[in-house]
Amino acid sequence: MKEAYDILVVGGGPGGALAAKAAAEAGLSVLLVEKRPAIGAPVRCAEGIGKGALAEFIEADPKWVSTDIERAVLVGPDGTRFTIGGEATGGKVGYVLDRKMFDRELVWRAAEAGAEIQVHARASAPIMIDGKLQGAVIHQHGKTYEVRAKVVIAADGVESKFAKWAGIDTTVPLWELETCAQYLVNDIDIDPKANVFYVSNEACPWGYIWIFPKGPRCANIGIGIAGTKSGEGHRAKDYLDRFMAKEFPNAKITELMVGGVSVCRPLECTVADNLLIVGDAARISDPITGGGIYNAMYTGDLAGKVAATAIKNGDTSKKALMVYDKTWREGPVGKTLARNYAVKESFIKMDDKKLNSIVHSMSDLSIEDLSVKKLVLAIFKANPWLALELPHLLKAL
Amino acid sequence: MINIRRDVCGYCGACVSVCPQGSLELIDAYLTVDTETCKDKCKICSTVCPLGAIEWVEK
Ligand SMILES: Cc1cc2nc3c(=O)[nH]c(=O)nc-3n(C[C@H](O)[C@H](O)[C@H](O)COP(=O)(O)OP(=O)(O)OC[C@H]3O[C@@H](n4cnc5c(N)ncnc54)[C@H](O)[C@@H]3O)c2cc1C
Repeated sequence: MKEAYDILVVGGGPGGALAAKAAAEAGLSVLLVEKRPAIGAPVRCAEGIGKGALAEFIEADPKWVSTDIERAVLVGPDGTRFTIGGEATGGKVGYVLDRKMFDRELVWRAAEAGAEIQVHARASAPIMIDGKLQGAVIHQHGKTYEVRAKVVIAADGVESKFAKWAGIDTTVPLWELETCAQYLVNDIDIDPKANVFYVSNEACPWGYIWIFPKGPRCANIGIGIAGTKSGEGHRAKDYLDRFMAKEFPNAKITELMVGGVSVCRPLECTVADNLLIVGDAARISDPITGGGIYNAMYTGDLAGKVAATAIKNGDTSKKALMVYDKTWREGPVGKTLARNYAVKESFIKMDDKKLNSIVHSMSDLSIEDLSVKKLVLAIFKANPWLALELPHLLKAL
Repeated sequence: MINIRRDVCGYCGACVSVCPQGSLELIDAYLTVDTETCKDKCKICSTVCPLGAIEWVEK
């Protein structure tokens, strides 16, 4: 580890990896620190991603793709199923990844581009001089280093402590933090080409249960519920165990994973003097699906490029870095987040009677693609009462 | 004060993200609490935990 770099990236997930790669490709000196001893492990993810989204950044590779997914199935509280995809989507839809290998590949590419990678290296405090960020204190193998950087990219995931230490409130409201538990399950009868989503306020309050295939008879089966719905005897793992007992009583479980996903609005501002915040740390996972891999890659890449330009221009002030915030917020990522937040707000609190009625009406729909807008518009058409309950949502679409 | 049951904790960071005081941190895969800043009674962390690893005990 050197004393100074152009850019310090805190966190070695997809956001940090893409940021480090973009900055190194622009010719800057880059250090990426990851506090865990291994990149990508343990995994905290259901590992689903859309094919189109992935292709924007990297060509799919069997080394880190577990399964090819052709359809999504939505299951209502009473068991009614609605399938999206298949024929209509031309077999496109998505993949279930092997995140352990995927995250490593992304960091490896950053290293290939010239970034220095340090694992088991934790940023413990920002270095602030005259109120401005100048680097970070790094702990590694029992030693403490003061690393200076012109720009720090906070890519520290759902914990998002670094920006908080630098004075930005990243706290997620309890009711907008989905608390999750997931099993890797073997020897079960599933459709290996379908990602299945169960919605029910009783079985998974203010969240959903997912089955994402990892192989012919193997899947990630997990649940997320709102933080406010969690408590002694009814935690994410309790709900998941109930679901498993009912649907897959003979399943063989080979892994337990837990995690938190924010479904709140993004941070009000994702830059400060000499600081950019990307990925989950910026609270930009999708409020409906909880998906955040693509958004982390997108904002990481963008932040790396913006930081490089700012450093070359000799101005890394908040004002100079604002182009990062503006670009993602006003572009497709920001627009989708805003719209999906409105959709989530409207549907999340519905009781099972209403959810049933919606899923029933959907069985008559023909939907060509997985776009949330088209889906919601079709749901409105089939359920005119929704327009009375959710007039604001129609506007948000 | 809060007591972290290390044998139950899954080191996922869900509690870290909702702690209004910023008192929790994952250090080398161990969840740690800063007892100086922890407000003790808000119980947000013990509520959110997917596994029930954080309990509140009388001092
Ligand atoms: C249960 C669950 C299921 C999910 N399912 C999906 C899904 O199917 N599809 C999808 O797209 N998304 C999913 N997500 C979300 C997805 O995992 C995240 O959005 C994504 O990993 C965000 O990438 P990131 O780079 O921002 O953060 P992360 O991948 O979390 O990486 C942050 C890294 O920073 C490190 N770090 C933290 N603090 C420090 C520090 N102080 N110093 C050094 N390093 C530090 C962490 O150890 C971590 O490795 C899921 C999340 C959960 C919890």
